[in-house]
Amino acid sequence: METILVLAHVEADGTLGRPAREAIAAARAVREGLAGSSLVVGLAGAGAGAAAPQTASCGAARWLAVEGPEFGEPRYATDAAAAQALAEAASAGLVIAASTSRWARTLAGVAQRLGGRVDTHVTGVAAAQGKVAVSRWFYRQRMEAEIERAQRPWFILVDPGCFQPWAGEPGPVAVERVAASGSSRTRFVEYREPVSGEQTIRPDAELLFVAGAGWTKKQPDGKTHTEQAGALILDFLRKSRASLGSSKSLVDLGSEGHAVLPFLTHMNQVGQTGSTPRHPKGLATCCHGEEPHVVGWRFVNERRAVNLDPNCGWAQGKADVLYVADAFTVMAKVDELLG
Amino acid sequence: MQSFHIVVCGSIVPDPLQTLEPVVNSPVPSLKNEMMLPAVLDPWAAHALYEAANLARQRPGSKVWLVSLGPKAKLQQVMMTVAQKAPFELVALDGPSGGFTDASETAAALAEAIQGIAGLDRSRLLLFGGWESASRGAGATMQMTGERLGITDQFQGVDELEVTESGALRILERVEGGRHQLSECEGPPVVLGWATGNLPEPPNNPQVGMANMRMVMPALQRAKPAKAGADGLTYRSVKVPSQRRETRVVKDVPAEEIARELVAWIRNG
Ligand SMILES: Cc1cc2nc3c(=O)[nH]c(=O)nc-3n(C[C@H](O)[C@H](O)[C@H](O)COP(=O)(O)OP(=O)(O)OC[C@H]3O[C@@H](n4cnc5c(N)ncnc54)[C@H](O)[C@@H]3O)c2cc1C
Repeated sequence: METILVLAHVEADGTLGRPAREAIAAARAVREGLAGSSLVVGLAGAGAGAAAPQTASCGAARWLAVEGPEFGEPRYATDAAAAQALAEAASAGLVIAASTSRWARTLAGVAQRLGGRVDTHVTGVAAAQGKVAVSRWFYRQRMEAEIERAQRPWFILVDPGCFQPWAGEPGPVAVERVAASGSSRTRFVEYREPVSGEQTIRPDAELLFVAGAGWTKKQPDGKTHTEQAGALILDFLRKSRASLGSSKSLVDLGSEGHAVLPFLTHMNQVGQTGSTPRHPKGLATCCHGEEPHVVGWRFVNERRAVNLDPNCGWAQGKADVLYVADAFTVMAKVDELLG
Repeated sequence: MQSFHIVVCGSIVPDPLQTLEPVVNSPVPSLKNEMMLPAVLDPWAAHALYEAANLARQRPGSKVWLVSLGPKAKLQQVMMTVAQKAPFELVALDGPSGGFTDASETAAALAEAIQGIAGLDRSRLLLFGGWESASRGAGATMQMTGERLGITDQFQGVDELEVTESGALRILERVEGGRHQLSECEGPPVVLGWATGNLPEPPNNPQVGMANMRMVMPALQRAKPAKAGADGLTYRSVKVPSQRRETRVVKDVPAEEIARELVAWIRNG
């Protein structure tokens, strides 16, 4: 018999974000597979208690809240104190939370404090015959393992986008307030938008558009056309609302002081030392499709590429379609058609 | 001017250009030919090391240690290159560096090694590492190591650290949607799990290499065996997905036609 605590932060507007509702879905799946287990909702944030009714019909037996303006600030000390207090108050064996930047920064530390263990970037959970197992990837998405753990509490951080978010009717609930230390030597100052002021990373976009170093290389006329490349890409992003990814080579050119697309940063980098975004479709342009890049495409289902080289990596079973063509000409036409 | 004691935790991982295959014939899985695969310093930890060296250079009186848990022979190979990049003192632990060991056990070994560093001033301590490894990729080890050392100001996905005139630390961390979060901490001790930062990889500097190697070889000889396994963790399966697709190669087709096909695909799937 396991007590499953689902941990969530309350957003600044008082709602529970999509990742939190995905974590609730994961917790419910575990509870359904474990006879006799019970679900507890643990909320943290400025108005945590007031948000609890949103989860009234999720099947929880208890609602706990660590509340106060100091818990609205995203920082380790107070987030860890809140999570620890909630896990202790629930006597939780399993603690499930979304892998948001706040929980990802904190919950391994809390697991350590409580003598437990943690698994992060979990992409699936399975519970049957009294046992829980989770799936996660190792070596930057090169291999997937299914694992069980004997230790408790076991903290499980589920990656956003892996579960259908839970939705249900709100209703009255009895909220138990839990005390936690709100002191910290750190204060949150502000969020910063990308330097260019151009929002290019859109996790919810249908399409990932990847730009490779080819956009800045000498073209058949013997010249580079970086400005034109920037204009074509930005025009495409604005019209298609795609999220912008990049190869490492392209972003590195920027930090080495070469002329590069001004709206790109390391945050856009996809791959081994970049991100592994989730989008239904991906289009790679002027990118060679080398393995350290393509491991970042693990969760992109449909893949197409435009490259001058018919033997580039994408042709080796990494893309569904490779268009052997000049990306400058193709993207100019695409932009035109998108109007 | 304030100076720091910067401890960088960084291990080694297989070169990302290598093909990796899991072997599941013991409780803790491993990689096929793991000891033969060429290794590199874990990339995000490498960024942490470059940032540490850069900060130490600007703050006279600062010192950098690199604490590394890995098979001694492989550590030695990797250190031949890493030692040329930045001045540091190596604290080596001889044990497994594979991704299938548990973060909590690695953290226990690292924390113990850090506690054993002679002359380390905890009131000036900046504990650096990569925010995630290229092996386990969990982002858990640094948090757990920090907790074991009682450090409760922790930051992950760090791209920038600035020390203000009053000695406060201003830190930029990656958060959702391509944004950064700016926080200010009163001062050390802190844990910083670095993302890419802002510095390019430093060129090899043979003089730095010579100076480092005088310390690196004895450190490797002194390396204590460290147990880092995966107690209580059961691997039901480890699989490499079948990732090969049937690629349709479209050649000698006018750009206009390709563009039309792409737009149709973007619009309706
Ligand atoms: C430790 C380590 C970590 C790494 N991590 C990452 C990572 O996270 N992400 C990553 O991306 N890489 C990573 N790499 C680097 C990776 O191995 C490749 O070097 C990199 O992805 C290459 O980038 P690219 O394809 O943009 O550039 P290039 O290899 O230079 O390819 C440019 C491509 O553009 C094409 N091209 C040029 N002009 C045109 C045109 N007009 N139209 C169409 N095509 C054109 C060329 O044919 C070529 O294929 C890593 C490497 C190491 C060693």
